Amino acid sequence: MAWIQHDYDKVPGTYVFNGRRSVMGYPLNRMCMSFNHAENREAFRRDEEAYCEQYGLTPEQREAVRHRDVLRLVQLGGNIYYLAKFAGIFGLNVQDVGAQQRGMRVEDFKAMLEKSGDAPHG
Amino acid sequence: MAKIIGGVTTSHIPAIGAAIAKGVQQTPYWKPFFDGYAPVRAWLDEVKPDVAVVIYNDHGLSFFLDQIPTFAVGAAEEYPNEDSGWGLEVLPPVHGDIELSWHLIESLVAAEFDITICQQMKVDHGFMVPMMTMWPEATTWPVRAVPIAVNTVQHPVPSAARCYKLGKALGRAIESYPEDLKVVVFGTGGMSHQLQGERAGFINKTFDTMFMQSLVDDPEALTRLSNADLVEQAGSEGIELIMWLAMRGAMTHPVSVVHRHYHIPVSNTAAGVLVLQN
Repeated sequence: MAWIQHDYDKVPGTYVFNGRRSVMGYPLNRMCMSFNHAENREAFRRDEEAYCEQYGLTPEQREAVRHRDVLRLVQLGGNIYYLAKFAGIFGLNVQDVGAQQRGMRVEDFKAMLEKSGDAPHG
Repeated sequence: MAKIIGGVTTSHIPAIGAAIAKGVQQTPYWKPFFDGYAPVRAWLDEVKPDVAVVIYNDHGLSFFLDQIPTFAVGAAEEYPNEDSGWGLEVLPPVHGDIELSWHLIESLVAAEFDITICQQMKVDHGFMVPMMTMWPEATTWPVRAVPIAVNTVQHPVPSAARCYKLGKALGRAIESYPEDLKVVVFGTGGMSHQLQGERAGFINKTFDTMFMQSLVDDPEALTRLSNADLVEQAGSEGIELIMWLAMRGAMTHPVSVVHRHYHIPVSNTAAGVLVLQN
């Protein structure tokens, strides 16, 4: 068995959501899909550990959920559109999540986005 | 016969929907973006389409990763919007046009596009944000719709070249429908953005500018971009631009540009809008 390499693997800081990542992240993404329903978001809030257990997350994924560590969750197979549902539970939007993954303060991240309108490259 | 009266490309960023719901379109952050849509709305008011064929991607509302169609065509009486956990207001459903849907499905399959047929289909912000951006004051949607969902989430996603070909088949399908209908085609998503990884926040103005211009003048050139090229130059989520090529394929060559607008940033994204006529 082998996962084949792709041309996009060389793009730095980028985790293209391919088959390998989707297999790894399936339980995590399935849990995030359940957050489409308000009652499931509430159930997660009430008992996170039990909720993660119910969906069969790996110990590493559970640890990253505990720390709200979106970059780690992406590395562990989370898809960013599904993780946005998870982040939403804590009132975090894609800019908060972007800043966190980039290791920047949100204000600095927003300023960087504004500036990419001036510069030829972002 | 049905006629394509125009094509519109537009970003479908959820924050746009939230801004409309909050009524903050005139604030300094949002005004430059929403000003770019006034001419689009004026054009729509003038041409008055009957139907919008909306090419968009689902972000985990109608489809989960258990079953991901590469191309899916809606064939429902109506398309409901629901909570997808992104904190957006749930909007009224959009009415479909079943006979047109089935005609498009038959034409596309005859043209060797093995699409998925959806008699039930929920539509998320990828579809709804363009609708509310085009018709922000509508109490009922002024058009019927046919949603066409393209997989831009689970790689391998279809190539730019494949989406352009889909658009060509779609254009022929629409214009062979016997009813006198005015049809507008929306290609949604993009422009450059990346939501994930240490490269989150990547925006590429040079690439977007080139892409918008080539989409008008030389779309075939854009079909030579590989998905790896698009990820590198438009960002991992900027791959949604393949749906702009699907819209462009449905139009003639050449086209005239009614309106174009580009603005950085909306949330994490470069926002572009383009109105084309045959």
